[in-house]
Amino acid sequence: MEVTMTVNGTAHSLGVPDNALLVDVLRERLGLTGTHVGCDTSQCGACVVHMDGAAVKACTVLAGQADGTEVTTIEGIGTPDALHPMQAAFRENHALQCGFCTPGMIMSAIDLVQRSDRLDERTVRAGLEGNLCRCTGYHNIVKAVLAAQESMQEGA
Amino acid sequence: MTSETGIGAAVRRKEDARFITGMGRYTDDVNAAGQTWAVFVRSPHARAKIDGIDTRAAAAADGVVAVFTGADLDADDIGDLPCGWLVKSKDGSDMIVPPHPPLAVDQVNYVGEPYAVVIGETLEAAKNGAEAVVADFEELPAVADLASAASAQQIHQTVPNNQCYDWELGDQAATDAAFEKAHHVTAIDIVNNRLIPNAIEPRAALGEYDAAAGSYTLHTTSQNPHLERLVLAAFVNVAPEARLRVISPDVGGGFGSKIFIYAEETAVIWAAGKVRRPVKWRAERSESFLADAHGRDHVTHAELALDENGTFLALRVNTMANMGAYLSTFASSVPTYLYGTLLAGQYRTPAIHVQVQALFTNTAPVDAYRGAGRPEATYVVERIVETAAREMGIDPAELRRRNFIQPEDFPYETPVALTYDTGDYEASLAKALEHIDYAGFAARRAVSQANGKRRGIGFSCYIEACGLAPSQVAISLGAGVGLFEAGEVRVDVTGSVTVTTGSHSHGQGHETTFAQIVSDQLGIPFENVTVLHGDTGRSDYALGTYGSRSLAVGGSAIVKATDKIIAKGRKIAAHMLEAQEEQVEFEDGCFNVADSNQALTFAEVAFAAYVPANYPLEDLEPGLSEKAFYDPPNFTYPAGTHICELEVDPETGVVDIDRFVAVDDFGHIVNPMIVEGQVHGGLAQGIGQALLEHGVYDPSGQLLSGSYMDYAMPRADDLPSFTVDTTVTPCTHNPLGVKGCGEAGAIGSTAAVMNAITDALGVASVSMPATPETVWRAMRRE
Repeated sequence: MEVTMTVNGTAHSLGVPDNALLVDVLRERLGLTGTHVGCDTSQCGACVVHMDGAAVKACTVLAGQADGTEVTTIEGIGTPDALHPMQAAFRENHALQCGFCTPGMIMSAIDLVQRSDRLDERTVRAGLEGNLCRCTGYHNIVKAVLAAQESMQEGA
Repeated sequence: MTSETGIGAAVRRKEDARFITGMGRYTDDVNAAGQTWAVFVRSPHARAKIDGIDTRAAAAADGVVAVFTGADLDADDIGDLPCGWLVKSKDGSDMIVPPHPPLAVDQVNYVGEPYAVVIGETLEAAKNGAEAVVADFEELPAVADLASAASAQQIHQTVPNNQCYDWELGDQAATDAAFEKAHHVTAIDIVNNRLIPNAIEPRAALGEYDAAAGSYTLHTTSQNPHLERLVLAAFVNVAPEARLRVISPDVGGGFGSKIFIYAEETAVIWAAGKVRRPVKWRAERSESFLADAHGRDHVTHAELALDENGTFLALRVNTMANMGAYLSTFASSVPTYLYGTLLAGQYRTPAIHVQVQALFTNTAPVDAYRGAGRPEATYVVERIVETAAREMGIDPAELRRRNFIQPEDFPYETPVALTYDTGDYEASLAKALEHIDYAGFAARRAVSQANGKRRGIGFSCYIEACGLAPSQVAISLGAGVGLFEAGEVRVDVTGSVTVTTGSHSHGQGHETTFAQIVSDQLGIPFENVTVLHGDTGRSDYALGTYGSRSLAVGGSAIVKATDKIIAKGRKIAAHMLEAQEEQVEFEDGCFNVADSNQALTFAEVAFAAYVPANYPLEDLEPGLSEKAFYDPPNFTYPAGTHICELEVDPETGVVDIDRFVAVDDFGHIVNPMIVEGQVHGGLAQGIGQALLEHGVYDPSGQLLSGSYMDYAMPRADDLPSFTVDTTVTPCTHNPLGVKGCGEAGAIGSTAAVMNAITDALGVASVSMPATPETVWRAMRRE
């Protein structure tokens, strides 16, 4: 099937098998390897991207479902010289170690802040329960999300 | 004085720039032109005889390039996967090592054991091919757990009673004699639950064969690429070391599970040579559950003898340790030299005897997982000490204090073969008690009581041994490899510095920490230092990362190399400044002549070494690049106190951790931010073991906890925020005075949580993981 989608601001038209997953198209066809695959049951959240502004697990979205949408991956939110506030907060608060869960965690966290009025530690923890991290114990991730909330809301 | 980027500074990490922007490069991100895909065909049975494997349909399937079985590897003289540590039983006999072919040949011994590999043009073709492989299995009764391990079913022909070894350590007669005199004896029976490591990056491999050079390159998710290369070359016989390059690029967490040399990467690199095309494999998570080495899985009976004042007289420990179906790379060392040797804990127990039976079962191999033996030892010691305190009516903090090894006792020789170099156990206990507000606990407990909740507090004063060493001692005890580390400091012509290390970072932040050290030592900007690792083509043979050794051993090698750089720099500077070498001092990045204003910057000396116009070429080689190997004279001994305070809801059995304090003594600290992060992560794994995680096989040997829907990983809303602090007694025998921090969180925390739960409930024991159901039942049992 033919899928047309905008990924990180660039329009793509791709012929893909009907059963192709969004995550595989992003990684293998578009070379956007920042989006990771950590499980096969939609539990770990390493593959979270934004589809029309909302977080989705790209391992459970068919590429066909992304037809006509705008997809944003970790590569599309900031650069080393102009980081997204969430990226900057992750670095500043040492919210990552091996980095494998980080892209999905950052994309989930951005979505969480965007759809919340006011987050506190408890609501951040509840909001991130769809993303597994084995390195950080989440302590610094929670700190980073709360810090990014400040800067994102100031910037808004 | 701490500079902004030097030793002691919380420098933000160099590696983060690529990780937070999606530019990390993990093994699965690496692809080669013309690559094929490997899919492994795995046993559905826990134990079965293989009467034949029919690969014809698979080989004929669309897009299948090749199908290989164990017989094909065997025909190519590919050897068994070896175990790197030979343990001897107490009768002096060697442990029994059953054959461990990468692909099972005659018999499968655990669910998920690979017995064939299908190479396809695409992943889908390889998967379809794998479904067409037909094995003729004759199912046999399985030995699914330790309780049945010594039963009639013998798994391996060469291993009677499924016993790998029966090991002991310590003075049994002295221990028995001390028990005779005891005023009080506390006994416990505990199970250290099986865990499945679950680094979030699944294992992966890309094997390439260069026919022109006859050489191989393996990209793989390894914590120790040199060890991988050594084993694949020397034992498994894939290719000579010089023609095999192993690259571990960014690796998404290891926790021990990526130390080992597994069947999959072995088959992949071999197959790349057979099909003359690159071969890629990546594990699905379900494969990680089935075929990554698991951790822990001990059953222990322990007894502690005390006098009337609560002074420990002796400790007696009997443990059964599950090896799984085969011996993984370091499996044998975990329940022996990393467990029995730690049973003195922080205490002056004069007599200790431990006996460990290592047994085979029809389950995935068990090997080192974060802490590796030391969490199991801490769990025994700290559960029994806490239990003894309650039985004797002594405050648990006070009982520990009475038995602590005192600062003046160091170096302290334990009855279980270690010599602790330094420590101050009361200092960390005191600080932890202050952080948790121990004085206020009774009042908080009363409030909980009034709210219908039960509040408990639990202590764990752990010790661990990091930086496994020295090589000669370890080799005399059965280690098959040396335990040093290599480091190279290459000063570039323009004064920037490239550091290579045999240590591997898979989350630990070596690119930052090691750059801080080199920047500090050489007095050059942090930004000018680049640390390279994870490639046998780049650095000298060394052992990699495990056992919290990277800074204590790998960092020390780098310090030694910088010392050599400075020594040579002084010679060069002396020549250039027309001074005596002894007169030249090196300070803050400058070579100065004492009592003069003559000085050269580090960059000026480096430049002269490479553009030797004014240079003593007759006495000194040009260039400024030095390497060093560091073999530590002893382990390091991080220690500390963890305290957990929690509430239990008696209606539901739900445990809610209210506060968790960890005060650790890691010696000197290079980057406190990174160290805290390491502690946080370890705590999550230790608390995960206590409350959530459990690798479970049913009686037929099927893995019940084989996905994230069945194996409870700690999630953000399962954990509290942590209070983390440190005390410092510098290690006495390495140049940085550092000890290692990677495993402490996982070692100390589990016992603290379980001591707190049993305190809250007022029961003697609760089994792990303390799920709501388990806790609820425990409340009603007593």
